[in-house]
Amino acid sequence: MRIRTALLGSLLWVGAWAAATPLAAQIRVVATTPDLGALAREIGGPALEITVLAKPTEDPHFVDARPSLVVSLNRADVLIEGGAELEIGWLPALLQSVRNTKIASGAPGRVSASVGVTMLEVPTSLDRSRGDVHAMGNPHFMLDPVNVKIIAAQIADRLARVDPPSAASYAANLQRFNERIDSKLAEWQGQLAPYRGARIVTYHRDFVYLAQRFGLTVAATLEERPGIAPSPAHLAQVISTMRDQGARVILVQPYQNRRTAETVARQTDATVLDMPQQPGVVPNTDTYFTLMDYLVGTLARALGPAR
Amino acid sequence: MSPTTFRRTRRFVAAVLTAPALLLPAALVAQAPGGNTFMNIGFVGIADAGWSTEADVGSLLPGDHDPRVRGFTIPNVELTLNGAVDPYFQGFANLMYKLDDEGETGVELEEVYFLTTSLPGNLQLKGGQFFVEFGRQNTQHPHSWAFVDVPLMLGTTFGPDGLRSQGARLSWLAPTPWYTEALVTVVNSAGETAFSFQSPESPEIHGGEARDRTVENAGDLLVVPRLTTSLDLTSTQTVVVGVSAAIGPNSSGDDADTRILGADLYWKWKSLTALQGFPFVSFQAEALARRYEAVDRLSADDPLVSLPGETLTDRGGYAEILWGIKPRWVVGTRADLVDGEAGAFASALRSDRHRISPSVTWYPSEYSRIRAQYNLDHRDGLGYDHSLWVQVEFILGAHAAHRF
Repeated sequence: MRIRTALLGSLLWVGAWAAATPLAAQIRVVATTPDLGALAREIGGPALEITVLAKPTEDPHFVDARPSLVVSLNRADVLIEGGAELEIGWLPALLQSVRNTKIASGAPGRVSASVGVTMLEVPTSLDRSRGDVHAMGNPHFMLDPVNVKIIAAQIADRLARVDPPSAASYAANLQRFNERIDSKLAEWQGQLAPYRGARIVTYHRDFVYLAQRFGLTVAATLEERPGIAPSPAHLAQVISTMRDQGARVILVQPYQNRRTAETVARQTDATVLDMPQQPGVVPNTDTYFTLMDYLVGTLARALGPAR
Repeated sequence: MSPTTFRRTRRFVAAVLTAPALLLPAALVAQAPGGNTFMNIGFVGIADAGWSTEADVGSLLPGDHDPRVRGFTIPNVELTLNGAVDPYFQGFANLMYKLDDEGETGVELEEVYFLTTSLPGNLQLKGGQFFVEFGRQNTQHPHSWAFVDVPLMLGTTFGPDGLRSQGARLSWLAPTPWYTEALVTVVNSAGETAFSFQSPESPEIHGGEARDRTVENAGDLLVVPRLTTSLDLTSTQTVVVGVSAAIGPNSSGDDADTRILGADLYWKWKSLTALQGFPFVSFQAEALARRYEAVDRLSADDPLVSLPGETLTDRGGYAEILWGIKPRWVVGTRADLVDGEAGAFASALRSDRHRISPSVTWYPSEYSRIRAQYNLDHRDGLGYDHSLWVQVEFILGAHAAHRF
């Protein structure tokens, strides 16, 4: 009786699996964050099966290593990670269980976006009394379109190696993407050109690449040090800095403490801007271009004289 | 084990043993997670302080990493090492240091094992000494615990050190759309860390002398099968369930076996817009049942007294709920229950107990933790005890990646 039950259970199990397995052999890409997933879509086109591990509204440093993510990684042909310790709190725990050589370190299917990007804020010495500093530099590099071109080229190269029959298609998509980035970059730079040198305040050090590309200055961060919660004394210092330097905007992401930002904004007559770095948080920002259109447009409007 | 594998393993063990010397250059330690060194090095220190109405704190708290005395305890300091050995193996080691209740330093090679990375068929092999994958908390180190002390049922069933031994574990990740993993562990059944099996400490359970048994066949090893599965219920909720068993010989006498069955459940809700992982609510529970065959035996305390052959049955478990109220703050409560059916020997470990433990934890950063916990303990025949513990933890070196 027991054996029969076990056999029946196994059959049901295998049946459920077979029913859920797609017939067509698609290239399966897993991206750790939605922005990397959107980039893979640009280069890979609609034929790719893309799974994103972090949710768009989620702090990418603190994703739970849920078992379902092991399943996605186990079947991946390509893994695109941010690298530079962005996912250090969760991805290594997943990779320990995935048993998939296609995405092993050094394999063609393993793409670390930070490779090739010129990293900012690389610490000269490592000391956690300065907060949760990343040894390889600031990993929030996706808002600089020039970096994104470097990453897109890497993704195209790896997709071509994993899926040679579609290599020409990936190359063509990359070229189209690069041309579009070049023209949009000029447009975005034009939008922000009038505000060159403008002071912005952010919650975490997650807009430094955007600031550098578009000639803005990060005057202060609400976090006292990376990963360390803001203290009242530090916020008083931020308020003073904002008044001295005329900083009028505070940029926050969906997971950051908006209430803290609003408190500071009230005392400095500044505006709190919702600036999600991941596509899909705001409606109609599902691609890199629509996201950047939204972020640049929002910033330009807030910095503009109409205010 | 092939000669090549053996050489690699031996090289890894040699690297582990010489590793403390590598701790000296601070830059090397901190660079580890960036992939600039061949080995990640982490260091975790835990210190406890507190008071209990029970003067013999060890009789109240079964775990070796629990507070040991009224006053101050350094119950767990770990040096953790890991890295890729080569394209085929990853290596892990935990060297554990502690001060006992008399201030003497103890050192243990707590875990040292390899994990394969490229076996076909979704298989993975682990070999060495390791915490056996039974239930949920047994494999976790005190750094990952939500409370100052080990749950009572785990402490009384698996002993002060948890269930760990030398051997191998084979795991298969099923090709189902949802996560399902089947594991079988085969390890030596002898030693203090196989407490319910062939342990020199087993007289605490059955009251007789511990019998040394030779390994005659594979059945004299400890076998631990486990099946676990997980589902994302919604975009914010995940559940993991598992069932485990541990079957092996015990040292009450020849031909005596112990069987332990366990079921575990973990559920977590985390906000879609969590900052640094907060807010969240989680629930964890484990239930265990042990059948310990004790043969006819002479009492270890008085050889003139004979104890009859009997099956000692224990049931129990714990349930804990945690609420991460806001970044860096967690409040929680755990309920413990241990229920042993009376045997011929009145074992303090097997007596009925229950305990309730509210706690509050504050993380100044990801690398430090301060926890306060109150225990209301009830032991059958001994009544209530009250304990208040404060625990401080700090971490140096490699950033730990946390399992779910």
